[in-house]
Amino acid sequence: MNFELTEEQEMIRDAARDFAQRELLPGVIERDENAIYPKEQVKRLGELGFLGMLVGTEYDGGGMDTVSYVLAMEEISKVDASVSVIMSVNNSLVCWGVQKYGSEAQKEEFLKPMARGDKIGAFLLSEPEAGSDATSQRTTAVDMGDHYLVNGIKNWITSGGTASTYLLIAHTHPEKKHHGINAFLIDSNLEGISVGPHENKMGMRASDTHSVMFNNVKIPKENRLGEDGQGFKIAMKSLEGGRIGIASQALGLASGAYELALQYAQERKTFGKEIIKHQAIAFKLADMAVEIEAARYFCLKAAWLKDQGKPYGQASAMAKLYAAETAMKVTTEAVQIHGGNGYVKEYHVERLMREAKLTQIYEGTSEIQKIVISRGLLA
Amino acid sequence: MKILVCISNVPDTTTKIKFANNNTQVDDAGVQWIINPWDELALTRAIELKEDSSNSFDEVCVVNVGLAKSDATLRKALAIGADKAIRIDAEPLDAYFVAGQIADYIKNNPFDIVLSGIESSDYNGSSVGGMLSEFLDCPAISSMTKLEVDNGEIIIHRAIPGGKQVLELQAPFVGIVQKGITNEPRIPAMRGIMMARKKPLEVVSPVDLKALSHIVEFELPQAKASCRMISEERLEALVDLLKSEAKVL
Amino acid sequence: MSVIAFAKNWDGKFKKSTYELVSYAKDLASRLNTQTLILSIGEVEETELEKLAQYGADKIISVEDSRLNILSSRIYAEVISQVVNKEEASLVVLSDNNSGKAISPRLSVKLQAGLAAAVLDVPKSLDPFIVKKQVFSGKAFAFVQIDSDKKILTLSKNSFGIKENVVSVNIEKFSPELSDDIFKIKVRSTESAENKVILADADIVVSAGRGMKSADNWQPVEDLASALGAATACSRPVSDDGWRGHEEHVGQTGKVVAPNLYFAVGISGAIQHVAGISRSKCIVAINTDPEAPIFSVADYGVVGDAMSVLPKLTSIINSGE
Repeated sequence: MNFELTEEQEMIRDAARDFAQRELLPGVIERDENAIYPKEQVKRLGELGFLGMLVGTEYDGGGMDTVSYVLAMEEISKVDASVSVIMSVNNSLVCWGVQKYGSEAQKEEFLKPMARGDKIGAFLLSEPEAGSDATSQRTTAVDMGDHYLVNGIKNWITSGGTASTYLLIAHTHPEKKHHGINAFLIDSNLEGISVGPHENKMGMRASDTHSVMFNNVKIPKENRLGEDGQGFKIAMKSLEGGRIGIASQALGLASGAYELALQYAQERKTFGKEIIKHQAIAFKLADMAVEIEAARYFCLKAAWLKDQGKPYGQASAMAKLYAAETAMKVTTEAVQIHGGNGYVKEYHVERLMREAKLTQIYEGTSEIQKIVISRGLLA
Repeated sequence: MKILVCISNVPDTTTKIKFANNNTQVDDAGVQWIINPWDELALTRAIELKEDSSNSFDEVCVVNVGLAKSDATLRKALAIGADKAIRIDAEPLDAYFVAGQIADYIKNNPFDIVLSGIESSDYNGSSVGGMLSEFLDCPAISSMTKLEVDNGEIIIHRAIPGGKQVLELQAPFVGIVQKGITNEPRIPAMRGIMMARKKPLEVVSPVDLKALSHIVEFELPQAKASCRMISEERLEALVDLLKSEAKVL
Repeated sequence: MSVIAFAKNWDGKFKKSTYELVSYAKDLASRLNTQTLILSIGEVEETELEKLAQYGADKIISVEDSRLNILSSRIYAEVISQVVNKEEASLVVLSDNNSGKAISPRLSVKLQAGLAAAVLDVPKSLDPFIVKKQVFSGKAFAFVQIDSDKKILTLSKNSFGIKENVVSVNIEKFSPELSDDIFKIKVRSTESAENKVILADADIVVSAGRGMKSADNWQPVEDLASALGAATACSRPVSDDGWRGHEEHVGQTGKVVAPNLYFAVGISGAIQHVAGISRSKCIVAINTDPEAPIFSVADYGVVGDAMSVLPKLTSIINSGE
């Protein structure tokens, strides 16, 4: 056992913290309120190498380990989860799959620009009738000999409007159930693709979430990712890693809210003393600190397993479940500690609370995580 | 041309300072160490000059006098973009000792421009840069707020009380850097952090030199009496208090 | 054995901080049973030099070389060291201002004399020689022992006070030996703001922060400062955002100030800001947030919007004059 971070991991965490405090904090309230896409901030995220930090250096990535990724995600999510979700999707849902399953030509064409942050990737799995239940896909990719013809609708797509590259999941042989699913790597501007309006969300309002429609879209054969019928596996494996990203995001929302509450409790006075000196508040903060620490261990353990090349599906599901539930609970308590001020946008915690709710829902709801975990127990 | 930036390893500016061993030492527990903020600005400017291909700066090195706990800070300097780090392996006893060690290194490894922050946020000595220039017998520019190259000539701005002065100068010299030299310190990029692994961090032995002073004890300031609140409607009373009670008007 | 104070002039005139330095040097000299010598470099009229005698100078040494009217730390350190050697002085004191900060390190190396910068008080002990200074930008103090025979101190402003001690004085001229090749730096131009109170010298500072909401809202700050004859300053976010220049930034990574009266307007009071103002004699905080940490370091507080408080305050001050 060794709980110590390397010097490099600490440096990455500090860089992420400096970036979040200096470049994300200014304007975060306005971007959330008016649902303004953080264009400049995402550009800087790319320049600093956060968008491709898990991609190997041979493909213009940072070549960093997953532990570093957890640390960076936590720091960025403390301040702006709209930015961190873009980072998470690009790194763990899109780049990871391309690096793992892509051909050299696909890596050259798609992976390198995404790793540099020149292009943003989106992951197109969810449908109006199929979220985590990937086998219920209705989007079809019919094999036409020299190309695939795609029709269907994808929903709740993070970066759906801004991404240049889509990792698309669709059915080619519905009769083969999950063995009939394919993954494709395509430009988002192919003919026949249209993007729905920006979803007016409760939280993470600055990230752009859209539905994406495919109407007789021709996808060349060479854009299929992996073998014929490997799409389901690619999607599920990507989600396993994605869960580490979202778990770290939830962790950051919790620890960000906790830090604000801790500071507020030391400054705000009632009945002649700082509210942290009232046991009701002190115990709340103690509970929050304990749960955050536990969530952090879950995240780092899942990341460590992944870095060691060991199975991490079960661990990442536990991390995502626990961190998301902790985020919801801790952000709610942080609002409570702030009292009336907590309900006001200026104090940030209400935003973190709205954002925390999404971590219990996307990339597999908490209930789905329990399905994954309980199936793992039986296996 | 080569630039050397002197780096102090100091507690993060948000750190609440505590002391240990009967107030004779800074309590290291929980302290996060950073590049002294002024030194970081100097380093950032040096790297900007190196990156600008229109001039002839081709190497930026950083130097620190300190024990192994400085290494993380030096590696951050490498991650930001310095080419090489030198650590003179000794406890930084006082400014004279630190400047003397760095001067000795420079005498054997010459640089065109040596930069140092105007102050270090720990012991607030403001002395290393000036001492270094005297050890090296070269000019020093205090409160340097701009460092540029114009047609091959080095142009410097320095802050003087209530204004500024524009100077022309030939290397070698020591620049003592004040805020304004660049906009913001750099955040290291992932690529830089990765490349820092491969860059040299040279540890050299100190020369024999005696410090001229040492700290015997620390003390924390006393807590302040509570603030007297005055209503916005009674600002006359505030002015009266400033005159009669505080006697500052 | 004597104590030498370097009395810097600004265009031939001394400032209050010079008189404080002379008062301090006199006090040190009496503790050490020795003489107080004052060294002035550059052209200063005799009547101005005589003013220093009011604070206890035994002898004034004046180096009237017009080449020395422009300050160069290298040349000044050379001149001071020649005087120190000639007079066999053991202790040199300078003001902890721009010039003192620039000259003292060079002098320290030349004389092999230990330097304690930004000293706050008379020595705690003379043997060993221990002085108190500010460290961590005001978050703490340190007692520094100087171990060398010759010693150099720079004195923080407003830490000793001006003490009259009228004596008759003789003014002695001194001509240092200076080689031409140290006059090397070429000055292209000098700019200085007219009629502006310089922050480092100011007895009163009106400082404003993010609470002003916009760079366009600074007029009330300027107005109060001009009514009080004060310098203006700002917090770090304000200078970082370019609302005001860096030269106005007060705090741990900006300027550390020690005025008699400091107005913190719309400044929340982050630990780094407080570090830069903790030596102010009196702090007045004006802030809309009654919970702002600045109130815990202020002597007087007003909860209210700066845009309405400042004009009222300015008119009260103006009507009182």
